[in-house]
Amino acid sequence: MSIFRDAGHLFRLAGVYLAGTLTFLVIRAAVVPHSFGQYGHYRGAAIAEIAAKPLHYAGHQTCEICHSDIARTKAAGMHAHVNCEACHGPLAKHAADPSIDPGKPDVATLCVRCHAASAARPKSFPQVDAEQHAGGVPCNTCHQPHNPAIAAAGGSK
Amino acid sequence: MNITRRHLMLLLPAAAVAWESVLAGTPEASPNYTMTGHWWGMLIDIPKCIGCGNCVRACQAENDVPDGFFRTWVERYHVDDWNLANPQVISPDGGKEGFPSVAEDPDGKYFFVPKLCNQCADSPCTQVCPVGATFISPDGVVLVDQKYCMGCAYCVQACPYGCRYIHPQKRVADKCTLCYHRITKGLTTACCEVCPTGARQLADLKNPNDPIHAFLKTHSVQVLKPQMATGAKVFYNQLDGSVR
Repeated sequence: MSIFRDAGHLFRLAGVYLAGTLTFLVIRAAVVPHSFGQYGHYRGAAIAEIAAKPLHYAGHQTCEICHSDIARTKAAGMHAHVNCEACHGPLAKHAADPSIDPGKPDVATLCVRCHAASAARPKSFPQVDAEQHAGGVPCNTCHQPHNPAIAAAGGSK
Repeated sequence: MNITRRHLMLLLPAAAVAWESVLAGTPEASPNYTMTGHWWGMLIDIPKCIGCGNCVRACQAENDVPDGFFRTWVERYHVDDWNLANPQVISPDGGKEGFPSVAEDPDGKYFFVPKLCNQCADSPCTQVCPVGATFISPDGVVLVDQKYCMGCAYCVQACPYGCRYIHPQKRVADKCTLCYHRITKGLTTACCEVCPTGARQLADLKNPNDPIHAFLKTHSVQVLKPQMATGAKVFYNQLDGSVR
């Protein structure tokens, strides 16, 4: 009997704890982002935000919708697996609005980026010493970039 | 029914919990992409890399990476035939404009190693974040919540591969997202899109039809720093022992 005699202050203490817990929960609900913890210890909404960033490279599938003729030329040659934007650069804007001029890539810098002879490159990869090979003549005089074999070119394009 | 003070005290916490779940909302429905259906990684076929730097330029253009910082870069290794422990490594401007030509070295070898975030399944970078701003997504991509990041750079120090940096304008951590905005739309990453030789290939390890599975079964494949047990998901074919 005597142990319950002064139990009142224990209930008051419990009340204080409860009020503290409630305050914590309310503040937590107010300041923690709503999607925090949705998938783990981070803001779940961040995933959708990152996924919504704009594209700069349209992807060759998009290019080939309109430029199916080039895709066919390319598929027949050694550049079959070189995607359009590898040389032409990021063209998502051109894909969204075809009136935007994509510009022509500069063969003087472009071809040698891959094909300049270097012992660091794989032996099986076609390489040339550009000066010795062409003597300053632009590559696309003989090699049509979409199908670079000379037999396929039949002149320049 | 009368609500006594006692009832109210019992009800309030329950109400607070319920209110919190209301605030959390329902997960966003994405009709074309199921996060749990993918587990992303990448395959790097070293014998195919020609060091053209297309991937570095594409990454900078696609992701607005500031000059002098890299989400992906290419290194050129030069190893004397007997001196595996001391490779000479260069990466001029991340290999963005390619590499100077070299003549054949009769006593050594040259090769290129493209680097990027290894999208580790057990990444040290996500473990050290004090605020939960970096994480691995349910589809296996290590991402940074740049609204939540406070730029303490713990993760930059924690990454064993040096793949993170503090963005000089935003002052928050930045890194390769494996072009998350592209792969969730069914496209490949910008670096893989422009790689002329197929040295880089995006891989979905949860897709049984992905060619990565046949490749892993039939080739000698390695990850970088396997001793760190980071669960790296960027697989290198024919990786030389000198590569750090």
